[in-house]
Amino acid sequence: MKTFGGPALFLDRSDINTDEIIPAKYLTEITKEDLKPYILEDLKLPGFDPKGPRTKSARVVVSRANFGCGSSREHAPWVFEVNGITAVIAESFARIFRQNMFNCGMAAIELPKADLDQLFSHAGDADAAISIDIEAQSLTMSGGGKQKTFSFSLSPFDKALVLAGGWVDYADKNY
Amino acid sequence: MGKTTAEKIFEAHLVEEPFPGTKVLKLDVVLCHEITTPIAIDDLIRRGKDRVFDPSRIKAVIDHVTPSKDSKTATQAKILRDWARRHAIRDFFDIGANGVCHALFPEKGFIRPGNTVIMGDSHTCTHGAFGAFAAGIGTTDLEVGILKGVCAFRQPKTIKFNVTGTLPKGVYAKDVILHIIGKIGVNGATDRVMEFHGETISAMTMESRMTLCNMAIEAGGTSGICQPDATTVEFLWPFIQGEFASKEAALTEYSKWAADADAEYDQVIEIDVATLQPISTFGYKPDQVKFVADLPDTPLDQVYLGSCTNGRLEDLRIAAHVLKGKRIAPTVRGILSPATPKIYQEALHEGLIDIFMEAGFCITNPTCGACLGMSNGVLAEGEVCASTTNRNFMGRMGKGGMVHLMSPATAAASAIEGKIADPRKYL
Repeated sequence: MKTFGGPALFLDRSDINTDEIIPAKYLTEITKEDLKPYILEDLKLPGFDPKGPRTKSARVVVSRANFGCGSSREHAPWVFEVNGITAVIAESFARIFRQNMFNCGMAAIELPKADLDQLFSHAGDADAAISIDIEAQSLTMSGGGKQKTFSFSLSPFDKALVLAGGWVDYADKNY
Repeated sequence: MGKTTAEKIFEAHLVEEPFPGTKVLKLDVVLCHEITTPIAIDDLIRRGKDRVFDPSRIKAVIDHVTPSKDSKTATQAKILRDWARRHAIRDFFDIGANGVCHALFPEKGFIRPGNTVIMGDSHTCTHGAFGAFAAGIGTTDLEVGILKGVCAFRQPKTIKFNVTGTLPKGVYAKDVILHIIGKIGVNGATDRVMEFHGETISAMTMESRMTLCNMAIEAGGTSGICQPDATTVEFLWPFIQGEFASKEAALTEYSKWAADADAEYDQVIEIDVATLQPISTFGYKPDQVKFVADLPDTPLDQVYLGSCTNGRLEDLRIAAHVLKGKRIAPTVRGILSPATPKIYQEALHEGLIDIFMEAGFCITNPTCGACLGMSNGVLAEGEVCASTTNRNFMGRMGKGGMVHLMSPATAAASAIEGKIADPRKYL
């Protein structure tokens, strides 16, 4: 099982699509590791630098509604994975991106807007970090000397995939 | 209680429900292309599981970048080609026979009503036009599909779209689906099947129904689904005449996949097309739509006709009708990519290619290329393209480029005027 949690990267916009997460021109790379430099390359947000230190140190992405819409490319979760990001927290996800995350043994966590607003209130904190407990289905936001815990829910299947480390081994064993 | 089409298909294909709400389904067809499949193949090899569940139910094509443009894309094509040969996958389409997957596979008659279909491509929802459940999935789901012939889904809810009215002049399936996406938003159908009903859909050709279902994903939909009917049977007849005594018998069989009259829906949305006008997108999301008449002056650098949305013969005929005897504006680059070799050849025989060439269009081979900014028509920073494709995300057709989505008629009229233009005066 992967480890979850660490410094947070805040992407404050709805409908961030998979072309923004990893542009199509890089889909010709054959290994996941080759995707690493191109994370979020085409995402234009005020104050966001895809090559900045915050992107490099991030272990968790926090965003808004309909995260990961568009293409089915699993390169989107992979580019997060090879950059050390194993969890995305958002108000909602596009179906294919969400399933791709769990299929890779990564976590796509949905929180209500009010909880996300509290997470986003830490966007300016240099030490903003989130620790995630998949078993307990809870996460703790810390930063700027404050700390607060939120609960979330994963479907039993998605939780099983995260704990099993992904869908291929699970399916080959069971079907 | 009656059932929706998706509920009937789920019930008939259910392998098990390992957890409440998660259904593992048996797959009828697994489709593959050279962008998302090679990593699945590599992973299967790495795991010592280089097997396929049934070579006759796997179909593969090289379509996204073809002919290969560099060593990397040549390697992707080679991995898929070698794999298809190694596993005796008969229905593999390479240079000379290859075309855009969601146009090519239906043309070959591979998709039937009631089928379950997956592909590592978000526009797989296109195949729901045949009354199938067809969903785009990622590489891991594809890998399991190839190995085991199953895929896990959350049971989707269904939104029924009751589409009524006669399409006005200059308004097509593309305008209808852009209108619907504009109405419900880019996540209006997330985890939902979009089931299309009504007299407008019944009157549509299979090509138009594919255009409609193709863009279900742009509203977040899992699959678009049309109801199988006589039009479906007529399209499939060359492929199924050995299976059924008559077209009536085929219709009776396929009709069992139609939704029941008393099926329960998550929502029912009424769409009246009688007052629609030609539509274009104006922003970077497919739900940002306006009537062309209400758009500000929008000069263009490129017009692109093609893709899994609108690269079929019907689309080429409509665009050629607008372009006949005219020249495109000198400030515009016109590019046409017929979606399959068959479409290309029929367009040649009908004289459509002459019309496009005399108008000043460049004709490229069938490929996905420019739609996702990979080849054959990539935009430069700051350039604007009127396109019959399906996504207008920022940078989609090239970094810093802007895409306006529209019907083939509107794109053709726009090519003539060098700016986004209403096609009705050319019809």
